[in-house]
Amino acid sequence: MADADCSTEFAERIRAAAPARVPLCLRGSGSKDFLGHPSPGDALDLTAHAGIVRYAPDELVLTARAGTRMAEIDAALAEHGQMLGFEPPHFGADATLGGTLAAGLSGPRRASAGAARDFVLGTRILDGHGQSLRFGGEVMKNVAGYDVSRLMVGAFGTLGVILEASLKLVPKPRAQLGVRMQLDPASALDRLRSWAQRPLPISASAVVDGSLCVRLSGASAAVRAAAEELGGERFDDDAFWLSLREHTHAFFADPRPLWRLSVAPASVLADLDGPVLIEWQGAQRWLKSDASAARIRAAASASGGHATRFRAGAAPAAVDHVFHPLPAPMLALHRRLKAEFDPHGLFNRGRIYPEL
Amino acid sequence: MTVDLSSEVAQHAELIAALARTLPADALLHRKTDLKPYECDGLTAFRQLPLAVALPRTIEEIQAVLRVCNERGVPVVARGAGTGLSGGALPLGNGVILGLARLNAVVAIDPRNRCARVQPGVTNLAISKAAAPYGLFYAPDPSSQIACTIGGNVAENAGGLHCLKYGLTTHNLLKVEIVTIDGERLTLGADALDAPGYDLLALFTGSEGLLGVVVEVTVKLLPKPDSARLLLAAFASVDAAAGAVSAVIRAGIVPGGLEMMDRPAITAVEAYVPCGYPTDAEAVLLCELDGIEAEVVEECAHAEAILRASGATSIRTAIEAHERAAVWAGRKAAFPALGRMAPDYYCIDGSIPRGRLPDVLRGIAELSREYALPVANVFHAGDGNLHPIILYDAANAGERERTERLGTAILALCVEAGGSVTGEHGVGVEKLDAMCTQFASPEIERFHRIKHAFDPHGLLNPGKAIPTLHRCAEFGRMHVHRGAVPFPGIERF
Repeated sequence: MADADCSTEFAERIRAAAPARVPLCLRGSGSKDFLGHPSPGDALDLTAHAGIVRYAPDELVLTARAGTRMAEIDAALAEHGQMLGFEPPHFGADATLGGTLAAGLSGPRRASAGAARDFVLGTRILDGHGQSLRFGGEVMKNVAGYDVSRLMVGAFGTLGVILEASLKLVPKPRAQLGVRMQLDPASALDRLRSWAQRPLPISASAVVDGSLCVRLSGASAAVRAAAEELGGERFDDDAFWLSLREHTHAFFADPRPLWRLSVAPASVLADLDGPVLIEWQGAQRWLKSDASAARIRAAASASGGHATRFRAGAAPAAVDHVFHPLPAPMLALHRRLKAEFDPHGLFNRGRIYPEL
Repeated sequence: MTVDLSSEVAQHAELIAALARTLPADALLHRKTDLKPYECDGLTAFRQLPLAVALPRTIEEIQAVLRVCNERGVPVVARGAGTGLSGGALPLGNGVILGLARLNAVVAIDPRNRCARVQPGVTNLAISKAAAPYGLFYAPDPSSQIACTIGGNVAENAGGLHCLKYGLTTHNLLKVEIVTIDGERLTLGADALDAPGYDLLALFTGSEGLLGVVVEVTVKLLPKPDSARLLLAAFASVDAAAGAVSAVIRAGIVPGGLEMMDRPAITAVEAYVPCGYPTDAEAVLLCELDGIEAEVVEECAHAEAILRASGATSIRTAIEAHERAAVWAGRKAAFPALGRMAPDYYCIDGSIPRGRLPDVLRGIAELSREYALPVANVFHAGDGNLHPIILYDAANAGERERTERLGTAILALCVEAGGSVTGEHGVGVEKLDAMCTQFASPEIERFHRIKHAFDPHGLLNPGKAIPTLHRCAEFGRMHVHRGAVPFPGIERF
């Protein structure tokens, strides 16, 4: 597909939709359609607005249009030994940059490297008036004005159309090594906790199938030294970490609904009637369970976090809320912000909360 | 226009009485002599007495003060230690200063979850001190870290010497409890790594006290690196040193800190605190690598090779903590050292893409000649955050104005290079005009709408950080007419 700038066309669509408040459903490749509530309205297909606008390997910065495929970005970066630090899941071969940022998802490296929003330096957006706005830029440090670019990350398009984003990149680690040991989940969490207080080059971890798996990344001497310190059996398996990132690991094949619990890493959670896969050194827990949303959410809240009904499972049961409900004053603030960006309520209505 | 003085006096008295009902006697200042210490922050050229200063000790007292002010339409300016360099905590003549320094307890250090829960008045350095027994530290380290408070760090999205590797304040927060202007308490972020809904924690960080008042902060802690090495590399030209910065970044090395000083700065430092910087060099780079011993040794050798290949004329390696401290001492004393070189100095804070360092530094040197004012450069080279320091003498007729114009021209150069008018000091009152060069009206308007969503009556630190559209229009007109606009005040420390 040829790279093209379609921002003018999108702006016209938005201006045409505004007077009658015709809802628009912003969409990239649809790889994250499963996440969130369906939103009504005509599709505004963003995939044609594609292309890497600027890539400066010397500066570790890339600017690309929203419709650019993640696979294309990964390939361009790999040529220069660079990558996206937050290791985002694609959930589809044609996943786009816009969708990746709008969903705000981060992969196995999240706990050590940072989240999608941490790597966003600037954005260009279209608001609900069809007005093009630019925030941030391509510099590492910039405290002029509110940080609207990071606000766009994880907003699921409800505040505006991400047209373009500038990202901070990271060098690929020179060495990588996995270690694995048989441990029950409680002991594995204990082990992760004690390691977390040492400066170790841990770039990912997973507790699954009675094993604790750890990925070490960095300078080769550091990785070797850490592997010796951690012990266990060594394994070099990129496919394993990819299967966690993309949810192709056997754990995710379970037909029950998939819940994502984001909690304080040291939390001890009660049994929630299903298998658990732990990532992010304890901070992200995937749960396959038919337990009630209320029970799962109460457990996540009690552990300082929240729960998302990430995938519906084989026999979809309706849930009132895919995303963890907000306290009333927070929801009111969300509504006011939404109204400032999208006063006609055009974008992805109801995708995250019915009120937005 | 007539002003009803009697009603103004009555309103003032009523405000003080209302505040006095909500606060203990020692938590409210309203006599002129008591207000004096609060008349400015680190930007001392701007001074203004507030109506009153409230010094609460609890969140309930903060809420009460905000409610009193909200009901009466009285503006509120939150203040931590008052070390900010852009006038963010400058009082408003018709407003109340909400001083948060008395809320200075480290509530909890949680080594299991690697975080610290602290009150807003805790100093930046106190967090790392409290975490030290657990082998942990709080990474952002602004130069004022002995005095500046975490609440102010959140408001300004503070950086520091080591943010190249460890990030800014925004990258090191888990949760911020705020109170809005109507006294409502909200939690932004979570004890987990993310929270449901919009990323309001990111939006709030760096909002300069315009959206809410920070009443508690949970920061991430990191394990202290067990080893560090500091390379001091000399270069025969500023260009070569700037090129070396790009080469280090390009090679995939992420130093803890990567700082640059040019010849005027080196000369000043060596005359003030001699620490062995090569005075015949045109520029030096300080490149610190930290982490695990094995990694540091490997990366250090790699960095040294790159610096040599980029034209370093000499390289010194400091390994032991006291050796590193001795080399850092020069960099850390740079501002006071430069302060001795001229009666006055003006520190600029702009940021640019790192690849543009050689161009922009050349451009600054040209501007320095054109305006006939010496400029020294001491800055965070690794993340492209420039701090050109203009040396001048305000006693010489017209020199202060020429300095202001030079500062404006340097910031315009940064924006032209794709950069920002402030990398870490904030906008406050100082950079309001400069904001007009960086943003167009629609973005400025959107900033005002965001504030409106949090603070509908515009009572939290109004007039700071975001210029009015009217001001930008005026600025544009003056800019066209005169080529530059003076900043009203410029003294710094």
